Amino acid sequence: MMRVSFATLAPPALVLGCAVLLVLGNVVPAASSPFHVPIFAVSLTGKYLAYAILALALDLVWGYVGILSLGHAAFFALGSYAMGMYLMREIGRRGVYGNATLPDFMVFLNWTKLPWYWYGFDHFAFATLMALVVPGLLALVFGFLAFRSRVSGVYLSIITQALTFALLLAFFRNNMGFGGNNGLTDFKDIAGFPLQADSTRNGLLLATALALALAFLLARFVVLSRLGKILIAVRDAESRTRFLGYRPESYKLFVFVLSAVIAGIGGALYVPQVGIINPSEFSPANSIEAVIWVAVGGRGTLTGAIIGAVLVNLGKTYFTSALPDFWLYALGGLFILTTLFLPRGLVRLFEAKPVAALSEVPATKARAA
Amino acid sequence: MSGVSGSILYLDGVSVSFDGFRALNNLSLVLAPGEMRAVIGPNGAGKTTMMDVITGKTRPDSGAVIFRTDTDLTRLDEPAIAALGIGRKFQKPTVFEPLGVHENLLLALAGNRAPRHALFARESAAERMRVEELLDIIRLVEHRHRRAGDLSHGQKQWLEIGMLLAQEPDLLLVDEPVAGMTDAETAETARLLRDINRSKSVVVVEHDMDFVRALDVKVTVLHEGSVLAEGSIDHVSNDPRVVEVYLGR
Repeated sequence: MMRVSFATLAPPALVLGCAVLLVLGNVVPAASSPFHVPIFAVSLTGKYLAYAILALALDLVWGYVGILSLGHAAFFALGSYAMGMYLMREIGRRGVYGNATLPDFMVFLNWTKLPWYWYGFDHFAFATLMALVVPGLLALVFGFLAFRSRVSGVYLSIITQALTFALLLAFFRNNMGFGGNNGLTDFKDIAGFPLQADSTRNGLLLATALALALAFLLARFVVLSRLGKILIAVRDAESRTRFLGYRPESYKLFVFVLSAVIAGIGGALYVPQVGIINPSEFSPANSIEAVIWVAVGGRGTLTGAIIGAVLVNLGKTYFTSALPDFWLYALGGLFILTTLFLPRGLVRLFEAKPVAALSEVPATKARAA
Repeated sequence: MSGVSGSILYLDGVSVSFDGFRALNNLSLVLAPGEMRAVIGPNGAGKTTMMDVITGKTRPDSGAVIFRTDTDLTRLDEPAIAALGIGRKFQKPTVFEPLGVHENLLLALAGNRAPRHALFARESAAERMRVEELLDIIRLVEHRHRRAGDLSHGQKQWLEIGMLLAQEPDLLLVDEPVAGMTDAETAETARLLRDINRSKSVVVVEHDMDFVRALDVKVTVLHEGSVLAEGSIDHVSNDPRVVEVYLGR
C-alpha cells in the first residue's frame, strides 16, 4: 500500500520552496536591499543541490542494498561530461579559433574533424539523454560483471574506486577527445539562454531543485515498494534471499543502474552552474566525500543524504575560504565524530520516535561501514 | 540419470573436499516422499556440507544429487533449487531483522521473484490470507506487526520455519531448529515439524537427542562425511560404532 505521507512530501516541498525563495530574493528586491540574494548564492545553491542528487543516488545503493560505492562520482562526472559536450558545441564560432564545429581544444590539437562520439551533442535533448544513458550503461556492464561474480563488501568498494581512477586517467589523455586535463569550459549558453545571465542561473537552480525533488520521489517509491523491502533483505541477509529463490544480483543491478542514472542527472545539472568539467571530478576523493555526506546526514534515509550533502558543502565553502588549510582536517574529523557519536546520522536526531523504519540500518552495521 | 524409484531426494556417492579435507566422503542417502529424517553426527561429520550440496551452495567433486525423479541438483544454483521446491533453514536463525514479521512472510511467499514484478507488487487479498494462516501455524499472530529483530530467539526460529513454509516447498531442510530453545519451545517445535511433515518431506539436522527422540523418525548418523548407521533412534543408539564416535562421549 502506497501512502503519500508527510515524510514523502516534506523533503521535496522544502527543497523546491527554498529554491523558489532564493530566486525570488534575487529577482524581487533591488540589488541594494539587504534582502537581495546575490546571484553567486543562487548558483552555489544550485551546485549543492546537484551534489545532493549524487548523495541521494549513493544512499540508494549504500543505504538500502549495502553497496558501498567509492566511485559514484564517476557516474556524476560522466553526466557532467555529456552536458559539457553539448555546451562546447553551443559555443560554435564564439570560440577563440572561431571554428563552427570543432571545440577550441581540438583545433589546438590540429584535429580536422569531429570524432564520431561527439556527433549529436549539438542537440540539447540528445546530450541530456546521453547524460542518463552513458552512466546507466557503464553501471549495467560493471554491475553485471561484479554482482554475477558475487563480488561484495570491501572488494566491491575497491573495484568501484579503481573504476573511477581508471576513468580519471583516461580523461586526462588529450587524445581521448574530451579536452585532457583542462576539461571542457568557456561555455556561452544553454539552449539559447546565456549562462552568465541571472535569469538563466535562476532557471538552472529551479531546474536542479525540481530534478532533486523528482529523484527523491522516485527513490522513495522504490524503497517503499516490495522491491525496496527485498533490497533491505539482501543488504542484511543476502544468502537468506537466495535460498528463498531471489536472485540478489538482479536486484543489486537494478538499483545500481537506477542510482547511476540519477547521479548522471546531477552531473548534467552541475556543469552549467559551475561552468567547467575536468578529469579531477573523477578523482577518488570526490566519491569518498560523497560517502561522507551520506554518512553525516544519515544512511538509508534518503532525506539524510540531501541534508548531509548541503550541510557538508556549506561547511566546505566556508572553510575553504576562511581556513583553507583546515578543511580536510575538518572533513576527516566530521567523519570520525559522526561514526562515533551519530552512527545513524543527523536525521536521527530529529526523529520523533524510533519507528520500526523499513530503512533502518542497524547501528552496529552503520558503525562497521 | 534417475533416482531410486519413488524417492524425493537421492544422494549417490557424493564427495566434497575443502583444501584436502574430505567434508563428504562417498555419501549416499535416500529420502522417500513424505518422509521425515533426522540426521545426527558429531561436529565436522558433514551435516551442514550435505545441506549446502543439496541447496546448491556447494558443488560436489563427484556424485549425484537427484530431486524427485530426474532433476540433478548439482547443475543448479540456490535460487533455481529454491524455486524447484526445496526450502532451507539455517543453523543460526536468519530472518530479515529490520522488516516486520508480516513482511518477512510476505517476501517468502511463493511467486514471481523478478525485480520488475516486485517494484509494482501490492499485497493481494490471497497473500494476506496466506500470511495469516502461516502466522497461526507458527504461533506468531500477536507478533505480526513487530520488527523481526525484536523477536525472541525461539520466535525467530519459528518465523524462519514459517518463511520456509511460505515458499511452499516439497522438501524442507532444517538445520538445528531447537539450538538455544527452552524445553517448552523445543517440544512445541517438535510438534510443529510433525505437523509440517503431514504434507512435506523433511530433513532435520540436530544435536539434541531428546528432540530427535520426540520426532520419532528414522535416523541417519553421519561420521567423517559418510553414513555410519541408519535406523530407528533405539537401533542407532545401541550400535556400538555410533556409541564410540558420538553418543558415548
